[in-house]
Amino acid sequence: MKTFSQLKKNLKQDFTGLKTIRVALLGDTATQFLVQALRATGYEAGYDLQIWEADFNQIERQVFDPSSELFEFNPELVILFQSSHKLLAKYNKSKPEHYQMLADNRLEEINSIVSAINGQLNAKIIYYNYSEINDSVFGNYANKLELSFPFQLYKLNYELVRLATQVHNFYICDLSSIQNQLGKSVSFQTSVYINTEMVLSIDVLPFVAKQTVDIIAAMNGQSKKCVILDLDNTVWGGVIGDDGLENIQIGSLGIGKAFTEFQYWIKKLKNRGIILAVCSKNTESVAKEPFEKHPDMVLRLDDIAVFMANWENKADNIRQIQSILNIGFDSMVFLDDNPFERNIVRENIPGITVPELPADPADYLEYLYTLNLFETISYSNEDTERTKLYQVEAQRSVLQQKFTNEDEFLESLNMLSLVEPFNKFNTPRVAQLSQRSNQFNLRTIRYTESDIALISNSDNFYTFAFTLEDKFGDNGLICVIVLKAKDKETAFIETWLMSCRVLKRGMEQFTLNTIANFAEEKGFKQLEGEYIPTAKNEMVKAHYANLGFENSGDKWILNLSNFKNNKCYINKK
Amino acid sequence: MERNEILKQVNAIFVDILDNESLVLTDSTTANDVEDWDSLTHIHLVVAIEKGFAIRFSSQEIQSWNNIGELVDCIASKK
Repeated sequence: MKTFSQLKKNLKQDFTGLKTIRVALLGDTATQFLVQALRATGYEAGYDLQIWEADFNQIERQVFDPSSELFEFNPELVILFQSSHKLLAKYNKSKPEHYQMLADNRLEEINSIVSAINGQLNAKIIYYNYSEINDSVFGNYANKLELSFPFQLYKLNYELVRLATQVHNFYICDLSSIQNQLGKSVSFQTSVYINTEMVLSIDVLPFVAKQTVDIIAAMNGQSKKCVILDLDNTVWGGVIGDDGLENIQIGSLGIGKAFTEFQYWIKKLKNRGIILAVCSKNTESVAKEPFEKHPDMVLRLDDIAVFMANWENKADNIRQIQSILNIGFDSMVFLDDNPFERNIVRENIPGITVPELPADPADYLEYLYTLNLFETISYSNEDTERTKLYQVEAQRSVLQQKFTNEDEFLESLNMLSLVEPFNKFNTPRVAQLSQRSNQFNLRTIRYTESDIALISNSDNFYTFAFTLEDKFGDNGLICVIVLKAKDKETAFIETWLMSCRVLKRGMEQFTLNTIANFAEEKGFKQLEGEYIPTAKNEMVKAHYANLGFENSGDKWILNLSNFKNNKCYINKK
Repeated sequence: MERNEILKQVNAIFVDILDNESLVLTDSTTANDVEDWDSLTHIHLVVAIEKGFAIRFSSQEIQSWNNIGELVDCIASKK
């Protein structure tokens, strides 16, 4: 982690070309350094954060005045920082009989701040929760006493978590957890507080900024999707090829415990929807043996989407894993105990994240916790099925090799697609797909669940969510279309995005047939499409040309009167 | 620790934090003489000096120095 002084040097860098995000920061203590740390950290993540900082202690004035500078600035993101110190000051000043109302009162205040913001802006909100202060007035008995300050602070943090589950655009940045990780003596420095009214120490600033920017990056579709694991001395202790099945270290004894706990962590990531792959220098059958036979292994073969054990160069193996999974290198994390292998991968695979695992395996987990690699802003049940989907994909590619004729292969898959408008069941997945899809995404518009609710209720928009299943299994919801009535004649394709795991199945043709037929029935004369290039969506540059649209300025037009359904092997469910 | 040594080290910290290679401090230098040395940067400099010398200033000391010479004296009294 860079120090604040090192970070500050970024502020002199050239920010042109970076994605700009308009951010408003409102705090009840001095936030000038936090602004600098955020902007400098944003630079490292590829963002030009244009931060408007409210004057000191102006949260209410800014959010309750409809003509305030905040609303004039019209940010995409509002960061709210109400500090524990100011909360304590409020507690100190209140009458003893009001002590136990502190959390409820503050929560009510936060609720009205959030409503005021949501009434005027279509912005996301990040709220720093409260780092713990124990004022030691009641000792440990504070935990049994509702009117104590610690009780009220814990209650408030808990209520904030509940609020976040209810308000779609309200996200918590867990300042309390950062302080727990680093210790209060690092996170808070009295001399800084006394002299500047800043409650974050110079040393904690980079950590707070990093976690905030992590959330911003996740909001913008940057997230880790896959962990690639080395085996010997990473997943278990020892070398399976030399030591043998009985002698590798895993289980509840000694250093084995560290590897077991590491495996449980990896397993939780898999259950969350992170894809696991193995990349190990081993003979395949030997490397698989512990997964099949060792009683203490937590990870099993069916947890692993792609298993690469051979004696080839790891960078080449990771490229192959990438070609099977079809996700960007920047969404991959490679974990290997060996610094040499780490360097080879780091040097040859641009964008991949390669943590510098500590030398002692006992330290792996604590170190990985601090990196916050797996930030996300959504979670759906479908995430938990992802490994299976990719394993099935591997089976499909084996079948495909048997067919010389692609049509025969596609026909043999018996593909079915369910087409529905957005509804409350598919909304979380639609939102998630819009946030995660970078490659097959024509205009890269990100939708939150609340955006989707707005679109669904509008007469101007027509929405489509497509699933795809075949004889090997169900891919779930994989394609999203949003049509907007531009005028009586023209339906504009505001969004066309698709998961890359269903490429080359004729899904594009099926989708076009569906929306073209729909638009014609609604009386439109033409479909209009647009391609907005990003760093990642080169693959769909010729999408509309390939589907028979005609170029017209920066748009693509399909005349519906001449439209004939494209051949495809997908049937409506 | 020699007073001169301390001044040299303080100078290096100022150069780093203020990102100003040509900065030369003397005992009589004040905040008014140095570009960007405002009250906020002051606290950043103080924390960096605390770290660099492995010392801790009291909250009052931080606001008490009139020039670099007094800062150096204060550091010297703690080493």
